[in-house]
Amino acid sequence: MKLVKCIVRPDAVPDATSALECLGVSGITVIDVRGRGKRTRPIGDFRGVKYERFLSMSMLEVIAPDELVDDIVRAVIDHTRTGEFGDGRVLVIPIEEGYSIRTRQCGAA
Amino acid sequence: MKRRAMVLLKVFSAAVLALWFSNVTTTPFTAHAQGAIGQPAGDPTGAATGTAADVTVKDPKNPTLTEVMDTVGHNRIAINIMWTLLTGFLVMFMQAGFALVETGFTRAKNAAHTMSMNFMVYAIGMLGYWICGYALQMGGVGGVAVLGGAAPLNHEFSISLFGHSFGLFGMNGFFLSGNTYDVGVFTLFLFQMVFMDTAATIPTGAMAERWKFSAFVVFGFFMAMVVYPLFANWVWGAGWLATLGKEFGLGHGHVDFAGSSVVHMVGGVAALAGAIVLGPRLGKFTKTGEPVAIPGHDIPMALLGTFILAFGWFGFNPGSTLAGGDLRIGVVAVNTMLAGAAGAFTAMLYMWLRYGKPDPSMLANGMLAGLVAITAPCAFVNSVSAVLIGGVAGVLVILSVFFVERTLKVDDPVGAVSVHGMCGAWGVISLGLFADGVYGDGWNGVSGTVKGLFYGDASQFAAQCVGTLTCFVFVFASFYAFFKLVEVTLGNRVPADVELEGLDIPEMGALAYPDFVLGPGSPVGGAASTMSGAPVGASSLKPVRGDAT
Repeated sequence: MKLVKCIVRPDAVPDATSALECLGVSGITVIDVRGRGKRTRPIGDFRGVKYERFLSMSMLEVIAPDELVDDIVRAVIDHTRTGEFGDGRVLVIPIEEGYSIRTRQCGAA
Repeated sequence: MKRRAMVLLKVFSAAVLALWFSNVTTTPFTAHAQGAIGQPAGDPTGAATGTAADVTVKDPKNPTLTEVMDTVGHNRIAINIMWTLLTGFLVMFMQAGFALVETGFTRAKNAAHTMSMNFMVYAIGMLGYWICGYALQMGGVGGVAVLGGAAPLNHEFSISLFGHSFGLFGMNGFFLSGNTYDVGVFTLFLFQMVFMDTAATIPTGAMAERWKFSAFVVFGFFMAMVVYPLFANWVWGAGWLATLGKEFGLGHGHVDFAGSSVVHMVGGVAALAGAIVLGPRLGKFTKTGEPVAIPGHDIPMALLGTFILAFGWFGFNPGSTLAGGDLRIGVVAVNTMLAGAAGAFTAMLYMWLRYGKPDPSMLANGMLAGLVAITAPCAFVNSVSAVLIGGVAGVLVILSVFFVERTLKVDDPVGAVSVHGMCGAWGVISLGLFADGVYGDGWNGVSGTVKGLFYGDASQFAAQCVGTLTCFVFVFASFYAFFKLVEVTLGNRVPADVELEGLDIPEMGALAYPDFVLGPGSPVGGAASTMSGAPVGASSLKPVRGDAT
């Protein structure tokens, strides 16, 4: 069981979620995050003074069985990539245990 | 439930339709014909409404001239009182504009505090003004003919120096009691009170995000009861600046139609003194003194507030005739809107050309700058001058913002010192340049119309300069001393940890936005750093914590 974290452009969220749906992944957590990357350091300008601000991004979190992880990573990258700086990251993190609160069951679902 | 509502709706619709149908079918095609069958006639065009029958006379067959004249006089004053009240209501709503502008330009973590200052200044200012502010300001104006006299306001305290009389403050109208229980006096109170409150709410912007609420409350009373009434008395209450013309031959004395100096410059200069004593917000300047951007949290809110202010200005300037019967209001209103538009436009051009982007916050400052500047000269200039005055103000305000921030190193989050102080001064000076000699016959007891330098009266320009200088020196000295006094007694500024956390909970006990995780908003803590000419993130430019003083 893996946690797949996809930090993507906010406007790419619908594409990413529909791609995940096609793979049968229905449970998705979307978090609004701000941050910056190696090459994306956006500049703000307020009353004639420039400052470094953060880029708004969205983070999708998906809990997936091991055998689906490769497909998920590929699908998210294929559907969100523009080739420009600031496309984001996909991270795969092992999960020790996971529970459904309603059913008290342990597992990916 | 739903079905019953539907049935009710159908019954109601049917009843309305039935009524309408019965009317249409029975109404003859002309109103006259309807009158003929015994129904009172309506007057759809209004042409027949308001006739001799509406004049109250003892014997309708033989109305006397006195009776007719009484009605005419009553109506004339009624129009003026209506006008003064309605425009006063518009100016009252400018409080909402100020609240939105100041809160939008500052951070979310202080929004309840900034909003509360703008809210409470209305209540605090009004009570102080009722106690003694109004009396000191207008108690010796010597009557206001267009409002039916307001005769009880007839006692000015003056001193004699070098054979000249100097009016200092009024003596009648404390608590609006005694013989000042009068419709004209009360009407004037409402109008003057909302003007005073405009001046009182200006410093809350320049001093936002670090001012103790208790110190602000004391400030509100001091502004409403002492400083504003004194300066306003000198200009509008028959005080010594108004009589510079009569006593010293300087034009018509210091002329300020609606308050570029009396309202805006007083507020702006008080804001400057306050911001200096208070010191900059934590993280506003780097160790080397470079200004750091602290973006406002809600630009749409600030622009909405600006529009509300521009709307309220239609009360501010045209209302200052105190007379709906003075048809110069048409010119005043148009000059006002033109100057605001010119200010916004030149501010946009300047920022766009110099910094590559128009910058919404400067657009707002630009429009307000134009409006502030035209406030004094609005009744005395033509439309070309109005556009020029507003256009100059739009650029002047930006230069002033940069001067205050980069040269004086004073932190004014909303640009109040520049918008109201600098452009208020420009407004009264511009009157001394551009007044075209069409309006203002007999102004301040000096015969002839008001003419500026470019129209041949250099002494009017001199009077404007004296007024501007007096305003700066008097208001700055008063408020600098006042804030220093508060500093050693009550304290002006919140502790550093309160400022970092945000003032909402520690000062007010409630958050503006409890349901949201607020971003840093502030450069403190390394969320942002200045960029002027240095590589991004250069450590020497990191803002410093705790450089408040």
